[in-house]
Formats: sequence, C-alpha cells, structure tokens
Amino acid sequence: MEPKNNFHVGWQGFLPEPAGQGNTMENDKPLGRKANMLSNTDSTPPPKSGLTREVQAKIGQQLRAIYNDVVDQGVPDRFLDLLNQLDGGKPGTQGGDSEKGGA
Amino acid sequence: MSLDPSLRDAILGAVPSLRAFAISLCGTVDRADDLVQETLVRALANIHSFQPGTNMSAWLFTILRNLFRSEYRKRRREVADSDGSYAARLKAHPEQDGKIEFGEFREALSKLPEEQREALILVGASGFSYEEAANICGCAVGTIKSRVNRARARLSDLMAIKGSEDFGPDQAVRAVLAGAEGN
Repeated sequence: MEPKNNFHVGWQGFLPEPAGQGNTMENDKPLGRKANMLSNTDSTPPPKSGLTREVQAKIGQQLRAIYNDVVDQGVPDRFLDLLNQLDGGKPGTQGGDSEKGGA
Repeated sequence: MSLDPSLRDAILGAVPSLRAFAISLCGTVDRADDLVQETLVRALANIHSFQPGTNMSAWLFTILRNLFRSEYRKRRREVADSDGSYAARLKAHPEQDGKIEFGEFREALSKLPEEQREALILVGASGFSYEEAANICGCAVGTIKSRVNRARARLSDLMAIKGSEDFGPDQAVRAVLAGAEGN
C-alpha cells in the first residue's frame, strides 16, 4: 500500500530507471561520511531536478487546461432550466443572469 | 419556495466548475452532467442548511463528491472493468490534433487512484486550498497534501514510463512538453 519508492519524499526520486539511465544507485556505495538516508538530496545534486520541475509545471498546466476547457463552456441550458424549474416553477427568467451575477 | 437571487447566482456561478470536477471524476460528460443535475436537486432541497457567507462552491462540491462516491461504488459492482473501458474510451479520439497531447495525460490521470485524482484536481485545478479540499473530502489536511504529492509523482512517472516504450524517458518528457509531436 505504501510505496517503497521515495515518491512522496520529493521530486528527485521518481524518474524512471527502466531505460537504463543508470543514475539511481551511483551513490549507493558506502560513502565515507555518515550514511545519510536522504543521500540523493545532498550528496548527489540531481541534474534533472530542473526537468522534473518542468514536468510538475506541465502537469499543472495540462490539468488546468483540461479543466478550464469545461469551465469555459459556461452553464448549459439544461441547468438553467433545472434551476428555474426547481425555483418555484419560474419560467425562463434566465435573461438577466449573466449581467447580474458578474461572476 | 423561492430561491434567494444571490444564492441562485452563486449556484449558477459554481456550475461550470462543478461540471469540470464531475467530468474528471466520471470520465464521461453525460454521466457527469447527470451527477451535476442530481447535485443541484439535492442542494436546492437542502438549501436551508447552507450557511450564508460560506463558500457555495465548496458546499456544492461536497454534495457532488458524496453523490459520486455512492454512485461510483454502485457502478463499480455492476461494471467490473470500469477502469479498462474508461482508459480505452479515452484513447479512442486521437484524431483531434489539439487533443493529442492531452490523450496521454488523460490516460495517466485515469490511472490514478480515485482519491489521489480528486485531491489533485481540487487543489491543482479547482483552486481550493488544502483546507477546503480536506473539508470537501472529509479528511485531514495532511492526507490531502500527501494525496496530491503522490498524484503528481505518479502522473509524472506514468507519463515518462509510457514514453520510454518508444524512446528514452528524457525524449518522452520532451515530447510531452513539445506537444507529443512524435506520435
């Protein structure tokens, strides 16, 4: 259940190794200094942290793009009608909504 | 009963975002719109329990999420392969050029555990604070933070690994950044 990888530790640890980048365990050999658990945070500054930050930014962008795609569609008539219908059976009063609400 | 116009405006103002959230949960617009409709019906029936001055969006999101949760569980029992068919459906529209780069992203998104996906969307797209998202999901703030972090890590991982089938991970990431031109 709890992933063994250090996924949640930060953005350094999760770049895929399957492609044989071989980067991951270089710092695995015992270092003379105290074996700090987070060795890759200070002993090997990850060269791709910039890239992962890019990926993180890209994730945010794509997420918002997909989301805003829908938001930009506004309120479908279906829901205006529904609201009018539920709201004491007032018929088509939606004429002034957009001016009034502003939001 | 007649609805206070300011409440009505607040509800209408929240609908576009509610739909976006619902689609991200349901995967299809039809199901999502049904969910939004059900949410609005439920909300108006309980409008007296809404506290004026509090966040209408958050209130509606909470209702929608609760409805989705119960509906989703029901459906899950009915449709065993919900995840597989969902992924297939997402892949089925590669023609629209502008959407290609999202195809991969959507697919990765669909593979996230539901709790991580909703947390990521609430915070990363809907613009709720961690606290608000925690209220909507009925869990601790720390839980939301951890779900969001894991969702981001998993997404990044999924997108990179998928690309590595064709070309190395760095290339894959670059392709995603450049709009997946290679595909």
